[in-house]
Amino acid sequence: MFRFLLGKLAYLVPTFIGITIVAFGFVRVLPGDPVLLMAGERGLTPERHAELSAQLGFDRPIWQQYLDFLGRLFQGDFGTSLVTKKPVLTEFFTLFPATLELSLCAILLATAVGLPLGIFAAIRRGSWFDQVSMSSALVGYSMPIFWWGLLLIIFFSGVLGWTPVSGRISLMFYFPTVTGFMTIDSLLSGQDGAFTSALSHLILPTIVLATIPMAVIARQARSAMLEVLGEDYVRTARAKGLSAWRVVGLHALRNALIPVITTIGLQVGTLMGGAILTETIFSWPGIGKAMVDSISRRDYPSVQGGLLIIAALVMTVNLLVDLLYGLINPRIRHR
Amino acid sequence: MTTTTEIEPMAATGLRAQLSEFWHYFSVNKGAVIGLWVFVALVLVALFAPLIAPHDPIEQVRDALLMPPAWAEKGDARFLLGTDAVGRDILSRLIFGARYSLFIGCVVVVVALSGGILIGLVAGFFGGWVDTVIMRVMDVILAFPSLLLALVLVAILGPGLTNAMIAIALVLQPHFARLTRAAVMAELPREYVMASRVAGAGKMRLMFRTILPNCLAPLIVQATLSFSGAILDAAALGFLGMGAQRPTPEWGTMLAEAREFILAAWWVVTFPGLAILITVLAINLMGDGLRDALDPKLKRS
Repeated sequence: MFRFLLGKLAYLVPTFIGITIVAFGFVRVLPGDPVLLMAGERGLTPERHAELSAQLGFDRPIWQQYLDFLGRLFQGDFGTSLVTKKPVLTEFFTLFPATLELSLCAILLATAVGLPLGIFAAIRRGSWFDQVSMSSALVGYSMPIFWWGLLLIIFFSGVLGWTPVSGRISLMFYFPTVTGFMTIDSLLSGQDGAFTSALSHLILPTIVLATIPMAVIARQARSAMLEVLGEDYVRTARAKGLSAWRVVGLHALRNALIPVITTIGLQVGTLMGGAILTETIFSWPGIGKAMVDSISRRDYPSVQGGLLIIAALVMTVNLLVDLLYGLINPRIRHR
Repeated sequence: MTTTTEIEPMAATGLRAQLSEFWHYFSVNKGAVIGLWVFVALVLVALFAPLIAPHDPIEQVRDALLMPPAWAEKGDARFLLGTDAVGRDILSRLIFGARYSLFIGCVVVVVALSGGILIGLVAGFFGGWVDTVIMRVMDVILAFPSLLLALVLVAILGPGLTNAMIAIALVLQPHFARLTRAAVMAELPREYVMASRVAGAGKMRLMFRTILPNCLAPLIVQATLSFSGAILDAAALGFLGMGAQRPTPEWGTMLAEAREFILAAWWVVTFPGLAILITVLAINLMGDGLRDALDPKLKRS
């Protein structure tokens, strides 16, 4: 297991270096003067320009600039936002809980619906349930989620008036941030109606963000289950006279779940991409919306830092999924 | 072992037999056939857009702002699906939008497919450090969420349809490179490759004539998936204001313009998204059918 872990880590190092090169190169290939872009000041005198250039290190050879950049990263310095003038890393940590709360709820919903859907579809292969659920899965998989979000707003907020249109909680409520999860913090605050408000803000974005992972999980669960149901040991279990539910629940499900767990884990990338759109539609104050805002405001240090952190995050989660896969499936570990 | 001289005279009938076998498997999947017909209809709509569209897609009719669809109350028979905030006919814009979406899909897939095949062939065929370097670069591209990377690329290149297509093609390309490489590495040790090599085939011939045709099935399936993915991503970029610019009747851009009116005029939001969904769904249905027909190893799902 240890060698397996080391192998995976060694594999990731070049990719991580590649990511830092992309983030570093990003600012340098932007059209325009990088000093002006990174300093965010206008109408500079030549002296001020030279001073800033020296301060930001643009007057040095490019490889040295890159090493400096790496050095700063290891010290936790991801640059300073041009808009808020705060360190990018601090900004990230204030915004991240909102994205995490939304993503966790989305992946929970996607699994809770998608997994049983796929499994039952496989057990009742060819039935109307199979056909309906797999057709819905394909529709979900093909869904432009930014439009789906707008439709849900029209129906649930506009026509029915059940849910709010945007934000994380009604402006009536104010309480200190403890966990950063609005649902938990509102409960901790003990204010009447705060939790309901947080929950009602969370529902629509969760559904929107969960749509594509749900479809992917349902399709994957169905095909994994079908594969396992065709195996010899399942036939043996059936032949021994075990009840259908025992065969499925005890023998088939455990093995069918292995690839599905990987699929669920690998949805992190999809979730981050989806968060960009979902958070924009619902004005959800997370990192997805912040990235879009930073790009349109030309806040390049924030874009650079955000790009780096998000890619590193996705990579780390994918690594964890790989390790988990090795843990639950010994065949992979001992290859 | 068969030689090329034996195969070539049979090629014509062989191709026909292959096609009919392909159609046999493809048409088993009812959804795939429906998807194919919808897709053909969309292509026809796109090709004959100027003939079909009742209005000019960017003509603004001043006395018909935010007109609801014809069947709704206060609807106008001139505008079947209603008009947008500046009085443009939504149906005509959707019809012209089909041109953009299909064009985006074609360009992105052609660029990503040819780039990916070339890169994958080189990596798989030469192996060694060439392979390592290429595949690590692909890993780096895949480490970023694709929409985020496309967004940042467009920020570098500047917003617009062409740049959005370049960005999406670049982001989708590693999937083709990986598939090609894997297929090449599976084919390389086969006997027919060895035979061709012994017969004196050059590297180019080995790569493009001997090996590539045997790697096409997974690439075709991936190309279909990328086609719908490209349409979705381009629409998402348009929606975020980074893709096609106004007043282009691109579906995602139309949605971006419609956002302010979602609670006042449902039709300006509903129809462009429906057009995206139908197009993407049709292509994905076809993709499922293609996978079943071309790759019998994969189970139907």
